[in-house]
Amino acid sequence: MTDLLYDADEEALRDSVRALLAAHAPWQRVLTAVDDGDPRDETLWRRLVDQIGVTSLAVPVEHGGVGAGFREVAVVLEELGRSVAPVPFLGAVVATRALLACGETTLLCQVAAAEREVALAVGLATAPDADPPPVTVGPGPTLSGRVTAVADAAPRGLLLVPAGDGLYAVDAVEPAVRYEPVVSLDVTRPLVDIEFTAAPARPVAVGAAAEAAVTEALTAGAALLASEQVGVAQWCLDTTVEYVRQRHQFGRPVGSFQAVKHRLADLWVELTEARAVARYAADRLDAGDEAALAAALAQAYCGPVAVRAAETCVQLHGGLGFTWEHPAHLYLKRAKSTAIAFGTADRHRAALARLVDLPAPPVAQGAAVR
Amino acid sequence: MSDHTADGLRELVAAFLRRHDPGGDRTGFLRARFDAGLAWVHHPPGRGGLGAPAHLQTVVDAAFAEAGAPDNQPRRNSIGLGMAAPTLVRHATDAQCRRWLRPLWTGEEVWCQLFSEPEAGSDLASLRTRAVRDGDDWVVDGQKVWTSLAHRARWAILLARTDPAAPKHHGLTYFVCDMSAPGVRVRPLRQVTGEAEFNEVFLTGVRIPDAHRIGEVGHGWQIARTTLMNERVAIGGRPLPREGGMVGVLARLWRERPDLRTGGLHEEVLRAWVRAEAARLAALRLRQLVAAGQPGPEGSAVKLSFAELSQRISGLEVELRGAEALRHDDWTMRRPAEPDLLGRTATYRYLRARGNSIEGGTSEILRNIIAERVLGLPAEPRVDR
Ligand SMILES: Cc1cc2nc3c(=O)[nH]c(=O)nc-3n(C[C@H](O)[C@H](O)[C@H](O)COP(=O)(O)OP(=O)(O)OC[C@H]3O[C@@H](n4cnc5c(N)ncnc54)[C@H](O)[C@@H]3O)c2cc1C
Repeated sequence: MTDLLYDADEEALRDSVRALLAAHAPWQRVLTAVDDGDPRDETLWRRLVDQIGVTSLAVPVEHGGVGAGFREVAVVLEELGRSVAPVPFLGAVVATRALLACGETTLLCQVAAAEREVALAVGLATAPDADPPPVTVGPGPTLSGRVTAVADAAPRGLLLVPAGDGLYAVDAVEPAVRYEPVVSLDVTRPLVDIEFTAAPARPVAVGAAAEAAVTEALTAGAALLASEQVGVAQWCLDTTVEYVRQRHQFGRPVGSFQAVKHRLADLWVELTEARAVARYAADRLDAGDEAALAAALAQAYCGPVAVRAAETCVQLHGGLGFTWEHPAHLYLKRAKSTAIAFGTADRHRAALARLVDLPAPPVAQGAAVR
Repeated sequence: MSDHTADGLRELVAAFLRRHDPGGDRTGFLRARFDAGLAWVHHPPGRGGLGAPAHLQTVVDAAFAEAGAPDNQPRRNSIGLGMAAPTLVRHATDAQCRRWLRPLWTGEEVWCQLFSEPEAGSDLASLRTRAVRDGDDWVVDGQKVWTSLAHRARWAILLARTDPAAPKHHGLTYFVCDMSAPGVRVRPLRQVTGEAEFNEVFLTGVRIPDAHRIGEVGHGWQIARTTLMNERVAIGGRPLPREGGMVGVLARLWRERPDLRTGGLHEEVLRAWVRAEAARLAALRLRQLVAAGQPGPEGSAVKLSFAELSQRISGLEVELRGAEALRHDDWTMRRPAEPDLLGRTATYRYLRARGNSIEGGTSEILRNIIAERVLGLPAEPRVDR
């Protein structure tokens, strides 16, 4: 049966990640890094990799990983969402899923041992059923083309690039591979546009296998992003509840006004549902059963909930919530951009329509349909 | 924790079925099933259970269903099973449980809930029905309203005021009232759908033996809270497969009638499907969470979503059917044991669903409960305390 709870190992993992983030990634530090123009926190990332072993969680034991599975990965993402920590974990997980699908054992071992940082070179907004970016192959084993708005691509890391009818491994070294930083809506998730100019490449999968690897990787991204969204939404709700309990106007806490209470009660209900949906998505990913359906459900539901949570957080903090020095905007920007990442809710509803047989009406041609 | 497992319980059911013919006397079979502790496996032994984890009930029910055994027709006694039973198990004496639980579970005795009054709905604790001690009895006078199933019930859970001088939440006592006692008068109350599931109940000099009091005198409110929390889980918290509820009706209609499809409604059908599946998973998660214990205020979320969804989905179905839905099937005044949600027209579903956000605590009250008891937000200033 689908287990939608957190088991003891998962709770222990959550505790250690939360403690580490509380010590090393308080929002003040995140905001300062944003102000300094480079939010990516290398030291924090090293700690997560070395102390928690986050990159080895989803790698099977025989390839040097922990073999814990995606349910645990989801718990880490929830905590990372809760602290909007600027680390490239989501991208690492997506790439790991692609490597698993391709049976790239050597690379998996390197990922598990944190010797190699790998990212899938597709735009963050790419849905699991979308077409790959226009990168061309040749002459010889080289790639050329441009991929925009890629998250979590490490400088000098390894890129997995869908091109032609294959999936290729490319070392991100200049001048053949050039990163152009993007001014990102989500200030805590840096993006780059990547330009390939006859970049030397090695095929890791071709044909249907390559296509399946990319689809599975993006499905995992969509499914697991839901946990990050739950973490974002939980922070927004907790922080808002705390604030409206102590903020007084008209001689009483603003949290005693029913307009405020009911808005937060509705948000809590939605968050309760989003958590169940996110757990379901992670669980189905591990089970390898209904993973596509659960991922589409996750992004059709959890993205909008995170956005509403962040918007509510800003609104109920009043003027304070609209200021740069209050962290609410970090969560708003994270939430709104995750609602686009791996495909919008609308795109995932369309995927569900196919998966659960609720077909769209035929497009009217000439005469009105009804 | 008990050491019961799914396999162990399946074995118990198999052994039970070897001793009792599922095709034989229905009542005898159900009574024996209760006595064997296979009615509510999480109840203590002697009260219809085995002290097993609650989630294993579905295993037991499935095993009986597979064998073609008769069930206790749970929807005919929803208040007894969903509200009275969990309250009795928690607060009643052994003797009271022995008298009431078995016929309740088998469906031999139907129950109703005498809580709401004309002047006390959301503000239930302000109720005025009086119970005055007289020797070994209590004498009850007052009026209740919107009482579902009162016309079929043998017993009622009753909340009455025993101390008018005490602050309103402290002056209440919880009783079990015999609906066949002299002085109990039940009048049908017709509802939006044309039928009458509920009633007005007039109580005039009704004598209730003190042995039918549940819990201490003056503790009625705490006990009623057990009933109300269970009510919210009972309404909308049933385990369902995907598309098991009202959304299934809508999805099937969409599949079977391509001629009704439009782009705008497609979008709404998909959104409703997504929300219904999210609510279903949340209810499943809540059941896993409270597998062994009592439902907390979190159950309010399940009831709140259920009401919202059933209204939205039934409204959508009416719109989707378009001109067809200008026709209703029947306005005849009937006295159904349960709403016939699947057997009637979409218009009936639409109208009946309006009650979902009123019965068992209105949606506004549930939001207050979530805000105050789950989120810990301050209560509104009130003038009645
Ligand atoms: C189909 C159906 C079956 C029922 N069955 C039973 C039964 O078997 N037994 C039984 O005892 N009762 C039963 N009821 C009664 C039900 O519990 C009450 O109708 C309900 O609690 C609301 O009370 P009320 O009708 O007095 O409305 P009121 O309490 O008068 O409410 C009127 C409106 O004001 C709102 N409101 C009230 N207080 C607040 C507040 N503090 N904040 C914000 N809004 C507020 C309400 O949400 C509602 O919209 C049934 C009702 C229905 C519809």
